[in-house]
Amino acid sequence: MSAIPTTSTLRRVTHQRRLVAGAIITSLVVLLAVVGPWIAPYGEHEIVGKPFTHSGSFLGTDYLGQDVWTRVLAGGRSILIISLLATALGMVGGILIGLIAAYVGGWFDEVLMRLNDVALAFPQILLALLVLSAVEQPEWWMIVLLVGASHAPRVARLARGVALGLVSRDFVASAEALGESRIRIVLTEVLPNMSAPLLAEAGLRLTYSIGMVAALGFLGFSTDPAGADWGLMINENRLGLLVLPWGVLAPVIVIGIFTIGTNLMADGITQLAEKGEDA
Amino acid sequence: MAQVEAEAPATPTTVDEPAHHRSATVAWTLWLARRLGLAVLTLWLVSVLVFFATAALGDPVRAILGKDYASSPSRVATLEAQLNLDQPLVQRYFDWLGGLLTGDLGTSLSNRLPVSELIGDRVVNTAVLVLVSALVMVPVAFGIAMISAHYRGRKPDHVIQIILLGLAGVPEFVIGILFVALFSTTVLHLLPAVTISAGGEGPWHNPGSMVLPVLTLVFAVTPYVARIVRATLLEVLDSDYVELARLKGVPERVVMRKHALLNAIVPGIQVVALQLAWLAGGIVIVEYLFSYPGIGASLVDSVRNNDIPMVQALSMIIAAIYVGVNLIADILSILFTPRARTAITS
Repeated sequence: MSAIPTTSTLRRVTHQRRLVAGAIITSLVVLLAVVGPWIAPYGEHEIVGKPFTHSGSFLGTDYLGQDVWTRVLAGGRSILIISLLATALGMVGGILIGLIAAYVGGWFDEVLMRLNDVALAFPQILLALLVLSAVEQPEWWMIVLLVGASHAPRVARLARGVALGLVSRDFVASAEALGESRIRIVLTEVLPNMSAPLLAEAGLRLTYSIGMVAALGFLGFSTDPAGADWGLMINENRLGLLVLPWGVLAPVIVIGIFTIGTNLMADGITQLAEKGEDA
Repeated sequence: MAQVEAEAPATPTTVDEPAHHRSATVAWTLWLARRLGLAVLTLWLVSVLVFFATAALGDPVRAILGKDYASSPSRVATLEAQLNLDQPLVQRYFDWLGGLLTGDLGTSLSNRLPVSELIGDRVVNTAVLVLVSALVMVPVAFGIAMISAHYRGRKPDHVIQIILLGLAGVPEFVIGILFVALFSTTVLHLLPAVTISAGGEGPWHNPGSMVLPVLTLVFAVTPYVARIVRATLLEVLDSDYVELARLKGVPERVVMRKHALLNAIVPGIQVVALQLAWLAGGIVIVEYLFSYPGIGASLVDSVRNNDIPMVQALSMIIAAIYVGVNLIADILSILFTPRARTAITS
């Protein structure tokens, strides 16, 4: 697979319409979240008029009279950063568990995967809620840890499955015969050959991370109760849905578009990987 | 069980191997016992996780009292006694587990009532919501998959695929809120935005208020099921025996119904089960959104009130549903797969 020159790889990527569309949508939302705070017309906490009226920018005001458009522009960074970190944590943790299980094998693999099944018996949001019930005010790293930890067992199962197909292959056996260290074999021989399915999984995990982080905000669990946050905004402005819906609809639509973009990207990578195997 | 015993003798291959011959009933019992044992083991480990995640990681007393923690030592002492915090952690775990096994779920901290009394009706309400959603979702998903497979590679298939893919990633609360805006607040005023259930009546006495929660769950789950079933249908439609059926002159509609659909049942069951199990978590958000009086909304409230005994009991119920649904799916897919049935009894 690595024999394909980069130019044709690039062409294959750009011919994958879902991947391109997903990447464009995702980058636009990321751009909005990153640049947003700088181009916001008002201050994040600035009161610009009466609650749920058409003062301020074109989306009107929220439950306190803050400008909705400003809060949308300012509220993306936290979700973006927490989701990315949680995805990275879940992927790295899961890949480590899966690789070790597949490579060591035997009873160790059996025990590890049984424990993994236990973790899978937990709906993802439940783990987060369990721990949040015992803390007064969640910190941002807690959300990262909880969301990441809920991804890890799912990634581990996939990584183990992919790695199992690789560890029995000739190039691993020959590396072992050459006396290379186990860690080196896993890192340099097994892992690079897993990249396509893992990349697709990462896209999927990012989609779910965004959904979960936003959902926790929507349920009212926020790291910064006064700060602008897309999930939290929905919760705060719910009562105004009848009066002026934009305080709810604007963040909902942005979250929806964001997840559609990342999911399209994940699906595009999967299709690309399948085609790559055919070739 | 009766059905299991009736099914097993229908596989004559077992007789061919006298060396490994065991009566089919014994083989089935052993297999079932192993699966049940694994499910119990899983639930036990889940209980360990639930208990220590809620009891060991944070300080529940501090979380419950908030700012009052420093100012009222007497309330701290009362709460500590209520939660038995003076006893060692392991002792508390076994007390709790013992209570769980004998049906004593503890006492809610926020209103001092037995947990089992508080959640009894809610479990039923949630079960109704999930069942109704599943009953709507399964035919819809299979129908969409059949239409999509019928038009494979052509315009209708592409459109369906894009819509399903778009919906698949969107969080359930986004779908739910858009429905609320569309049907009950901003655009139209057709359906109630929240579930009204007066005087302990089940929410199904007011069917209108169940439409949006059910619709949201169906929209959240259908894309996954429809995509998997479509893929399976296409696989079957490409197989040799379907080709043979076509060559024999069997009309395409019959091929789809008799051959393709029947063979898509097993993967269908598995993905439906997976999604039903997912619903165990998905209801948390959807019930909260629509104020539906089920265990999901209850869980969110309890987490917010730091009502640890409630959170522990509700988490165990949700995990038990998850494990139970997966177990049933395993049994059903074995029953529907002749080759797997044979593998167990031989």
